[in-house]
Parts: sequence; structure tokens; C-alpha cells
Amino acid sequence: MTASKLLRHETILAVLTVIALAVLASLSDKFFTPENLLNQGRLMAEVGLVALAMTFVIVTGGIDLSVGSILGLTAILLGVFWKNLGLPLPAAIVLALACGTFAGWINGFIITRFGVPPLIATLATLALYRGLAEGISEARSVRGYPEWFFFFGQGEVLGVPFQLWLLGLATVIAAVILGLTPFGRATYAIGANETAARFSGIRVDATKLWIYTAAGFCSALAAVIFVSRVTTTRSDMGTGLELDVITGVVLGGTSIFGGRGTIIGTVLGLILIQALKNGLALSGVKGDGTIVVIGLVLIGAILAGALFDKNRGG
Amino acid sequence: MTAIAASPGRSNLQRFLSGYGQEIVVFLSIIALFVVVGAINPRFLSDTNINSIFAGNAYIAIAAIGMSMIIIAGHIDVSVGALIGVIATIAGTLAVSGYPIWVAWLVPILFSIAVNAGVGALVAYTRIPSIVVTLGMLSILKGGLISLTAGEWITDMPPEFMIAQMRPFGIPAAVYFMVALTILAALFMRYTDFGRSIYAVGGNMEAARAAGINPERTVVGVFALHGLFAGVAGILFATQLQVIQSTVPPNLELTVITASVIGGVSILGGTGTVIGSTLAAILFACIGSALIFLNVSAYWLRAVLGLMILATVLADMARRRRAK
Repeated sequence: MTASKLLRHETILAVLTVIALAVLASLSDKFFTPENLLNQGRLMAEVGLVALAMTFVIVTGGIDLSVGSILGLTAILLGVFWKNLGLPLPAAIVLALACGTFAGWINGFIITRFGVPPLIATLATLALYRGLAEGISEARSVRGYPEWFFFFGQGEVLGVPFQLWLLGLATVIAAVILGLTPFGRATYAIGANETAARFSGIRVDATKLWIYTAAGFCSALAAVIFVSRVTTTRSDMGTGLELDVITGVVLGGTSIFGGRGTIIGTVLGLILIQALKNGLALSGVKGDGTIVVIGLVLIGAILAGALFDKNRGG
Repeated sequence: MTAIAASPGRSNLQRFLSGYGQEIVVFLSIIALFVVVGAINPRFLSDTNINSIFAGNAYIAIAAIGMSMIIIAGHIDVSVGALIGVIATIAGTLAVSGYPIWVAWLVPILFSIAVNAGVGALVAYTRIPSIVVTLGMLSILKGGLISLTAGEWITDMPPEFMIAQMRPFGIPAAVYFMVALTILAALFMRYTDFGRSIYAVGGNMEAARAAGINPERTVVGVFALHGLFAGVAGILFATQLQVIQSTVPPNLELTVITASVIGGVSILGGTGTVIGSTLAAILFACIGSALIFLNVSAYWLRAVLGLMILATVLADMARRRRAK
């Protein structure tokens, strides 16, 4: 749990990422071009935003399986508020964001108020939120958004995709909160030993409630960017997102048992996954073959970490 | 099976009720559903519909038996849906390639047991949490399946291969499997040393070790058993329709886990029964069918399921709190 140990995992991961980038660059000359890298960053933003919040969740020893469903529900509500209720689009966006955030708050409320294990609580809301998205939309998609709306998902600022700026800003904020504030220290303390944290006067329930609410907000934000990027709204958006997000966070060295993990690790984990997906695709591996590699990398990285820990401990 | 710890002095009935509370609730819900929906729309009770409810969902119930054992042991498997897709594809491929039928049935089951024993060994001996290992396994199985088959459908399987469609004495074979495996598994969990050791390991691993149980071997064993049930489920899934789609059935792992949890298996490990999970799988199937007969849009099915899980879990937590 010491700083040196935390840095160890991230150093390994950073080296691994650099090697992966080098190998992928040598396999395809299309990989290491600014256009490709920026485009990959664009694709990474949605998973990335959610992964930042998920890092907090997992550091407390919890998990949130409902993020993909919150994304889907927010996307559907955005479409419904705008198209069916006739609200102006900016109002629809704000209202949809509020609903997604509220969905996250409900997760936190169920977990803290009733003591339901996060895995089960969010398994239930995974089904519930996706079910609401399906029921409300009845599988109808919403299209025809005005041109200005596509800026969030397709626009650029100073040559860099808009959502990459957003992800960068969010990363800094998340890293500062987790690494430098009392809130961050409370997050680690809860994950290390919740009972001890409670007895040392940390407001455990309030902290957790904030974190699950933030996960809802990040998922909702990702939903707006997703809709803007693909220009349409469908109820199956974000299906399976939770697996991508958790893979990135765990690969980044955050312990699934809680108490350990960093934002930098998560970002490195995300970059490694995105680079593998894109690089392998460019070098001719068929789309789904890359999923196999990600699974192997996930198990391999955790296995290496576990063996490493054992050697240090014993 | 919390009945084991029931205090002396209570009547047998009380002990029975406290041990099987969740199972009884689920069972009564199924009966109530049949009565109410049957009264509103009698076609719900037709032979065809009841057959399709039971036969079409037996594989989910069977997979949920294995999942219940995994959860009772304090673990989880999120890759079971992908595994069932892979098993079905292997079985179908073998069947249309002219191998003997028993090979097409047996090889995928052995494959499933081997994969899960491997997962169990990783979980038991490296202490990597099962959710992480099975998350990785989900990627590997799903990606492997799609990239090897390119999503091509398998058709024209020999009729003698289609075990789920056979109807000895007029009842679908899948139903026999579901009933027999549920009873066998329930007896196994209750009356064998290994079955009891699964509860012990899920309840408290170190206490189990102190009591002379080898927790690592138990975990590998329970994953291998789960592989067996997933294998049988996969074969039934493969043979219930005339076509195998060579894809991962969407959200299947979720349905299976949900059946276990609603059936009374505590996600905290150590308690629950396989009878409950089978009943819960049947209940889901009934609700799905009932919504159609009540003219409720099928789009709301998942929202209803989500609310049900939530209600069950909250009730479970309330009961625990009272028990304390």
C-alpha cells in the first residue's frame, strides 16, 4: 500500500504500454499517425470518463455494473425530452444529465441505506435502467439532431477532439480529488477497512453516495457525447460498457478488493486497451480477435501482479 | 439451507419455513401467476404454452444450478453466457461434421468442465477474484467464438442430435433434465461431504480450513461442477432450435445470475439452495410469457425483472436485519 508499491504497478504498465505502442507502430505504418491517435482518443473518451468514476467506486471496494445501462437510459431520455416532449435541445441535455446522475444516486442510496452489496444492487439497476430505456423507447431510435449538437462528439478545439479535452480535464480533476484531498483519503480508507474508517469518523455513507452519484453523472456525460458522435439514439447504447470500464480500471492496478488504485493507472490501462484494439485491427487481426487479446492481457496483468505481490510478501 | 443452524425447540414446520423461505415465496409467486394470468387469458394455461415455458427455459435453470453453487462458494462467473454460446457452437459443428452423436454431446461438456476447472484453479491458487478471471474469460470466449466462426449459422443438424426436442412420454426431454439435475444437485449439496464443504467455504474460508476442508480443492471442484451444468445447458440450448447462431446469447449470464439470487442464494456466499434457483428461472420464464398474454409490451420485460431483483434483495436484507 506504500507509494513505491503503487508506482511499481504503474511503471510496469507504462513500460508495457510503450512496448505495445512500439510493436503496433512497427506492424502498421498507419498506427502512429496523429490523425489515427487523435481518432483513437475520441473513441476512448466515453469509456474513459466512466472509468475515472469507476476507479473511485472500486477503490472503496464496490463495483458499479449499471454504468452501461445509465448511458443507454440517458441517451433515450435525451431523445425523448427533445423529440417527443418538444423541449429545446439544451434543456433536454441538462434534464437527461440530471436523470442519469439521479440514477447513480439511486445506486448509492440502495447500497448505503439498505446495506445491499454493490454487485447485487447494480446488477438489479443494470436490468432496471436498461429495461426503462427499452420500455420508454420501444426500440424506436431518434435521429435528426441539429448540426451544432454534433460538436460534442465530432468537433475539434485546436485540432484536438472536443471530448479528449473533456477527458483530459476530468482526469486532472479526478486525480487531484483522489490523490490530494481528504475526500480521496476517505475513499482509500473505506476500501482498506470500512469499519475502521467508520470508527475514525469518516462519513462513509456520504462519501459512497457521492461516488455512485458521480458514476451516474459520468455515464450520463458519456451518453451525450456518444449520441453526438453517432448522431442517433438507441436503447441498446452502452451495452457491455461496464466490462470495458472495469477491465481498464483493474488493468490499471486498482485492486478489486478496494483500498488501492490510482487515476494514472486507470488512464494507462485505458490507453493500453485502446492501442491494442486499434493496433491489432490495423495489422489485420479481425475485429473480434482483439477482444481475445484484451481478455488475455487482463488475466495476464493481474496474474503478474498477484505473483509479484506474493514474492514481495513472502 | 440455513435450516442447519436453526435452533432446537422450534417446530419442524418453523424450521422448514425459515430454511426455505425464499423458495416458498418464489413457488407461491409461480402459482399465483398461473392463477391470475390464467383467469385473465385462459390460453396462458394451454399445453403448448406451458410446454414452451418449461422446455424453452430449462437450460437457464440448469445453468443457474451451477451458478448457485459458485455463488454459495463465495464466487461469481460472468462468462457463463459466452461459454454456453461456445459449447453450442462446438456441439453443432461436430454434429454436422459427421462425428457420432455421443461425441457431439460429450466433447463440448468435457471442454466446459476443463475450462471452468482452469478458471477455478486460477481463482483458488492465485487468489485473483473470480469476477476478474471470468471477465477475462468472457472476452476470450466471446472474441474467440466470433473470430473463429465469423458468426455463421449452423443448420441441417441430424435429427437424432436434437436432444432438447425429443419428447419421451410426451414431455420435452429438457424438462426431464431440469427436474433430474435439480433434485440430484439438491441432494448432493445437502447430503455429501463435498456439498457441505461448498457452504463451509462460502461461509468462512478460514474456518473451513480449520475444520479440515481444503478450500482450494473445493473451489476447483465447484467450478468444474459448474462447468458440467453449463455444458449440459449448452447442449440443450444448441438443440432446442433448428439453427445455432454461433454467437453469445445476449445477457444470458445476467439472467442466470439473477435466477440464482432471486432463488435465495445470498450473494455474500454460504447460503441458498439450488431448488430456489430452478424455481426462480421458471418464474422468470412465466413472467416473460405472462406479459405477452396480458398484452403488455415485451419491451418492459427487463424493467420488470430489474424491479423484481431489487425487491427480492431489499426483502432479503430486511429479513437479515430482523434476524440479527
